[in-house]
Amino acid sequence: MTTPPGGGETPAEEAENLPARLGEERLAAPVVRTGMFGVHGTQDTSGYGQLQVHQRPSIASEPPYGGYFDAVAQALGSALAADGSNFGEAVERVVVNRGELTFHVRREYLLAVADKLLHDPALRFEIFSGVSGVHYPDEIGQELSAVYHLLSITHNRRVRLEVRTPDSDRHIPSVTPVYPAANWHERETWDFFGIIFDGHPALTRIEMPDDWLGHPQRKDYPLGGIPVEYRGTKMPPPDERRSYS
Amino acid sequence: MGIEEKLPSGVLLTSVEKLAGWARARSVWPATFGLACCAIELMMTGGPRHDLARFGMEKTGSTPREADLMIVAGRVSQKMAPVLRQIYDQMPEPKWVISMGVCASSGGMFNNYAIVQGVDHIVPVDIYLPGCPPRPEMLMDAIFKLHDKIMNMKLGADRDEEITELEEARLNMLPLRVSAGINDLGSEL
Repeated sequence: MTTPPGGGETPAEEAENLPARLGEERLAAPVVRTGMFGVHGTQDTSGYGQLQVHQRPSIASEPPYGGYFDAVAQALGSALAADGSNFGEAVERVVVNRGELTFHVRREYLLAVADKLLHDPALRFEIFSGVSGVHYPDEIGQELSAVYHLLSITHNRRVRLEVRTPDSDRHIPSVTPVYPAANWHERETWDFFGIIFDGHPALTRIEMPDDWLGHPQRKDYPLGGIPVEYRGTKMPPPDERRSYS
Repeated sequence: MGIEEKLPSGVLLTSVEKLAGWARARSVWPATFGLACCAIELMMTGGPRHDLARFGMEKTGSTPREADLMIVAGRVSQKMAPVLRQIYDQMPEPKWVISMGVCASSGGMFNNYAIVQGVDHIVPVDIYLPGCPPRPEMLMDAIFKLHDKIMNMKLGADRDEEITELEEARLNMLPLRVSAGINDLGSEL
């Protein structure tokens, strides 16, 4: 971000954007994992074993969100209201973090929200950048997440949608009726995470071979390394080697 | 593959071997199989600075039908393996394979579900070239060693004898170092 000459950010805004402050919520969350993968209990002390992975904090921002974010939220709200639903019902949480806007959308409302974001003249998010899957095995009841990035060429704005789904019922409506570009992205997300996009025209594997079993980017999927032998020397797979913790 | 394979072992066969080897070694046309970052070094080797054309290898065709040498440059994923084998099968005899870089040779840093742990699971490899990725000079060195191999390749009855000898030598080769791998180091430390 460039600062315009002759002032720009207030000291309070500046302090908020400092990296140390941005990580504070995360540091306050409980630790869910320590050290790296591998075998524990060896006498090796050569590596770093103090790694602490904190649980992802659940941040929620209150209006005003700042910048164009309020305009986007307002336009989406009134577009949804015209259709008989409302913003608070469709969007369970709004997050403004690191200068980016994220709507956590309830999955029943995803298609309606996507439709409004594309077609409403005040929104016009024409470019669909992709769907990413995320797996949070520690967050019971909302383990899987699909993240959508949208860009508006008309207004030069960006917005991110996040949809959570429990692992036991991993269904999310497909946005292909609104954004045809989502077709291959949803196939990839299904391929790697096993999220089923209801209404997708052909949800088949795209990255892994057609006869592959399982969804390899999930945290519970094994690394799948095999011991490699070279002229009498056998190297175990990485997750069975000594650990640095 | 032709009449030269039928010749009886002797002075005539050795003369034909020399002639064929000389001709083959000077026109090795590669079928490039760029799969990852090694392919960048491979392209570099074909460029004006290193200039593979000096050694009769200017034709890096996209068709395997005219190729003699397959340079597997990069990690081979499980999905790419059948494709690679098909390209190899489409190449006419005699054909050679260079496994370029550690990933193609042994899986390298990618010891996981997605990557084939060495292209020799799929095709027979003549030269294993280490490096991550190897510099163009290293690739050229590997190519020279292969040229040497091609030049001295035997035909017909001599070739059968050579194969038996090589296999015998491989089977009797002593292990490099008897060890259970990196886990051993833990107890030494």
